[in-house]
Amino acid sequence: MNFWDALYRNKLMLAGSGLVLLLLFVSLLAPWLAPYDPGQIDLTKALVSPSMKHLFGTDQLGRDVLSRMIWGARISLKVGFVATGVAIIIGTILGAVAGYYGGWVDSVIMRFVDIMLCFPTFFLILAVIAFLEPSIWNIMIIIGLTGWMGVTRLVRADFISLRERDFVKAAKAIGAGDLRIIFLHILPNAMASILVAATLGVAGAILTESALSFLGIGVQPPTPSWGNILTAGKDNIDIAWWLSLYPGLAILITVVGYNLLGEGIRDLLDPRLKK
Amino acid sequence: MLKYIVKRILFMAPLLLGITIICFFVMHLTPGSPADLQTQMNPKASAQMKERLQALYELDKPIHIQYWSWLKKISRGDLGVSFSSDHRPVADKIMERFPITILINFLSLLIIIAVAIPIGALSAVHQDSLFDKIAGVFVFIGFAIPTFWLALLLMIFFGINLGWLPISGLRSLNYEYLTPWAQIVDLAKHLILPVFISSFGGLAGLSRYMRANMLEVIRQDYIMTARAKGLSERDVIYKHALRNALLPAITILGLSIPGLIGGSVIFETIFAIPGMGQLFYMAVMARDYPTIMGILLIGAILTLVGNLIADVSYAVADPRIRVS
Repeated sequence: MNFWDALYRNKLMLAGSGLVLLLLFVSLLAPWLAPYDPGQIDLTKALVSPSMKHLFGTDQLGRDVLSRMIWGARISLKVGFVATGVAIIIGTILGAVAGYYGGWVDSVIMRFVDIMLCFPTFFLILAVIAFLEPSIWNIMIIIGLTGWMGVTRLVRADFISLRERDFVKAAKAIGAGDLRIIFLHILPNAMASILVAATLGVAGAILTESALSFLGIGVQPPTPSWGNILTAGKDNIDIAWWLSLYPGLAILITVVGYNLLGEGIRDLLDPRLKK
Repeated sequence: MLKYIVKRILFMAPLLLGITIICFFVMHLTPGSPADLQTQMNPKASAQMKERLQALYELDKPIHIQYWSWLKKISRGDLGVSFSSDHRPVADKIMERFPITILINFLSLLIIIAVAIPIGALSAVHQDSLFDKIAGVFVFIGFAIPTFWLALLLMIFFGINLGWLPISGLRSLNYEYLTPWAQIVDLAKHLILPVFISSFGGLAGLSRYMRANMLEVIRQDYIMTARAKGLSERDVIYKHALRNALLPAITILGLSIPGLIGGSVIFETIFAIPGMGQLFYMAVMARDYPTIMGILLIGAILTLVGNLIADVSYAVADPRIRVS
């Protein structure tokens, strides 16, 4: 990879981090950025098409779509971060234990991973969330609980190669315990791949949440989320195209942002890719 | 070879058992019960009636006993009776919807293979060309786009603005009165959008994977050997490189099956297609345990069989796997 390619790559990553920062900014400043109250119902202005007054139009209850999308960014971000956090914690612990100890512990954990990978996971998420009251916390936790398998595989692979290194032998020689070696000596060396998985995981979690909300079992109205605005878009598909177009575009842009950032970090950290 | 297949099938059994145990326990341990759902809306329903319902559904027994009795029924090929008001056997309910879901997923797989493999291979052969860059952008968007949103946009564009394609169901209202040929055309028109949507996500994954494989294969020594002995570039790429790059792609296809099946809930709900995904959605909403378990079981079996076929064809194509 020559200098220009590297710059090109970094430009994409720059764009990715720009998008991610923009979203953070929007969701933190939602109360000040949103032109209207996202919950304000005005039936006389139901399904008004986009104009200068309502840039993205209004929904079937006359609420401003742009304001609802700005507040929806908060929900997406929250779901993305918490769900990924849950997945990363479970995945890292299981992967570290499997890779460090090996033997039957490794076999048991990896068989469990195999089982989870054979699931049509989306079916299970759907069932569990529909059974529990669909609340945002339930959604975040369930998405996390069904998304840790990839992280486990990554962390395990890192641990298997790292545990034979000299610095681990040295730590053992001075009498460090297993926990200390796992968390203080090996884990910091595996952080690079965990960071990449986390960034890409946020994108995946946001996509899953929007799909669930779209099906009506995710974030419940009146709380605005990009997915449930799209449900309104589907219900009014023949009259209100703006309800379908803009929230989906927001999801797409967000996911592109996180994916670009994740891949950028991977390229930066993985010297093997810099041929 | 036979020994390998038998070994793989034997390995599937505990995996399947594990999947059903997890599903069963997760479902039954979440708070609330189907009996609540059927009685809470009815002011005439007494506490005794609720208990009778619980007993009828065997929900009053300890969970491991419930699982055991479900397992015993399954081993006789009996998926149980639906909890919903029609009280029909789950197997019947699934069987009448199974073919359409399979048809759509099968067509999607064909499209994924037919489109993604050439795209991936060509991108790799012409690395950094305009084609590679356009394909790269397409793949990147394919990964990021919410498919249900794409479905909505296509419905608005082709269904409402242009009026070319129907946007819901499988048949037009006048289906009965059409000639057989027109019936096929009608069905095909209804299938275009759902099949396109369900194959879209897989396209991106497989073509990117194919590109990476092909790039790796092209750098191998045996490709240099093929070039060195004077083979034409076409023979080198399409006879030597492509075949080797195709091998690992087979496994990825096997792994993509759970995603396809999970996706059918989404597109069947959007397009109002009476398939297994829609049945699952309705069953989940009604807490119809036997139907949910039946569909999860079939989904898991399809996934495992898909993986098996992938691994076996891999073994057929690559002797190194068989020997070890």
